[in-house]
Amino acid sequence: MSNLLEIKGVSKSFGPVHVLDQVDLTVAPGEVVGLVGDNGAGKSTLMKIVTGMYSADAGTITLNGEDIFHHSPGERRRMGIEMIYQDLALARQQDVAANIFLGREPTRSVLGMRFVDRATMRRDAQAMIDRLGARLPAINRPVGTFSGGQQQSVAIARALTFNPKVVIMDEPTAALAVREVQGVLDLIRQLKSEGIGVILISHRLNDVLSVTDRIVVLHHGRAAANLTTAETSMAEVVSAIVGGVDMAEAAAHEARG
Amino acid sequence: MTSTDPTQQGAAPNLWMRTHSVLIERLHIRLESLVVLLVLATTMAILSPYFLSVSNFMNILLATSTIGVLAIAATYVLSSGGLDLSLGSVMGLSGVVGAAVAVKLGAPTPVAVVATIAAGAAAGLVNGLVITRAFVPAFIVTLGMLGIARGLALVISDGRVIYGLPKAMVYLGQGRPMGIPMPVIIFLGTAVVMHILLAYTRFGRHTLAIGDNENAARTAGINIERHRLIIYTLSGALSGLAGLLFATRINSGDPTAGLTYELTAITAAIIGGTNLFGGRGSILGTMIGALIMGVLQNGLNLLAVQSYYQQMAIGAVLVLAVFIDQWQVRKESRV
Repeated sequence: MSNLLEIKGVSKSFGPVHVLDQVDLTVAPGEVVGLVGDNGAGKSTLMKIVTGMYSADAGTITLNGEDIFHHSPGERRRMGIEMIYQDLALARQQDVAANIFLGREPTRSVLGMRFVDRATMRRDAQAMIDRLGARLPAINRPVGTFSGGQQQSVAIARALTFNPKVVIMDEPTAALAVREVQGVLDLIRQLKSEGIGVILISHRLNDVLSVTDRIVVLHHGRAAANLTTAETSMAEVVSAIVGGVDMAEAAAHEARG
Repeated sequence: MTSTDPTQQGAAPNLWMRTHSVLIERLHIRLESLVVLLVLATTMAILSPYFLSVSNFMNILLATSTIGVLAIAATYVLSSGGLDLSLGSVMGLSGVVGAAVAVKLGAPTPVAVVATIAAGAAAGLVNGLVITRAFVPAFIVTLGMLGIARGLALVISDGRVIYGLPKAMVYLGQGRPMGIPMPVIIFLGTAVVMHILLAYTRFGRHTLAIGDNENAARTAGINIERHRLIIYTLSGALSGLAGLLFATRINSGDPTAGLTYELTAITAAIIGGTNLFGGRGSILGTMIGALIMGVLQNGLNLLAVQSYYQQMAIGAVLVLAVFIDQWQVRKESRV
């Protein structure tokens, strides 16, 4: 399987602080990669380097074999790298269609003036929600009236309209009710089945173990482990996160959820 | 993800809810404000025999036209997450500038009309520039402009009312084609255009989005600073138009015109369903709100209530409207 996104030897320092040191990470089409690590391990910095918000001091980043190291965030987005932030960046008083098409509303011309084509917007938004298999109470209601998981589906639907190749999700299940977590994990599996590469940043190791193919563990800015999910265990992941110490007790705690 | 939507549980949605959702979705009007308007009008009709007449109806519309135009400006600014406290002062300044250009400089009517609106737009542009470039909060900038514009109006007019506008200009305020006062025609025309702009164009959708979640709008590639600058300039231009309507109706440029009108205008916008903190607003809703204020003032006049009490009534209505709005937001939103 050839890789979609390849990060090789990426390093980044803020002044004297080495945040990332020679990190490698790859994502293949239809692969879900978990990115875990303690607070301050460098997860966010690494993702900001992927989306182009920060530039790395050293290393290479390629998308479909093309070097994107010097591309701007906008160019990378057009090339298919989408990030869904933890706060979702939704306008909560606007409806689903308005949020999905925010900033690029389809228009139609009436008497030489351009008006927002609400029928098209609504139809396309509904089609995207259906494609995701997400369940929303109504498409024409303000998204602020939705639950956390439903809002997450709107944010994912919006990301999908950009026809992304790689979707980065930052803590998508962190603030959700237990029964909603499965719904969001199903959405991630849906992205995977469409051949989209997914990077999942999460502290909820149970979710990471249940939905990912591989898990990359960052520790003090280094890729401390690159584990195949099917062949690893909670104990191994937790041990890598805390730096190789045997943490059977902590792992047991995590496993209990 | 099971549905916990109250409208989808139990019995079919009742008539109130159905009407409500149709009104909100199609016309962006809150049903409550329509009910308040009807109740208020009925009460006035019972209390005063003069209330229900065509001429009084025209009186209400005429009195509402100036406030209504200011309320449209307030709707745009508030729903974009901003605030413009200088509406009334800029209206007064614009009227004086127009009258000075027409009377003291003897300029032809079209020039004076453009000067009136341009004076308002310029004040709005200054507001917008200071807010978006110098990062001074809108509350402070427009509060400052409230003082500056009023002072400038007094300086230009030397503290005296400028009388004697040209005939063509006065027609804008006192003309009655087909029996309908010109300010009413201009007000309604402005409202229609501004409603379409807010509800059906990308500019309008972006205005609401910026007021709703500035970060989301920025992430979506909307140029927030440019948009805000346009909104404040628009607000100033509309204040200028209100100044034009007022000055031509009283046939003079009065430096004290529009005193405390921002209070009434913001109240009308909020009664009409505009969210004080941005993200929601509609011009049709604001029209209902402005009519409520108009009927309230007209009714209190007919009942010979002293104008000091009217000021108190408007202030109380503003606080009450925001209270009801916040109460509903808490009820509806789970965020």
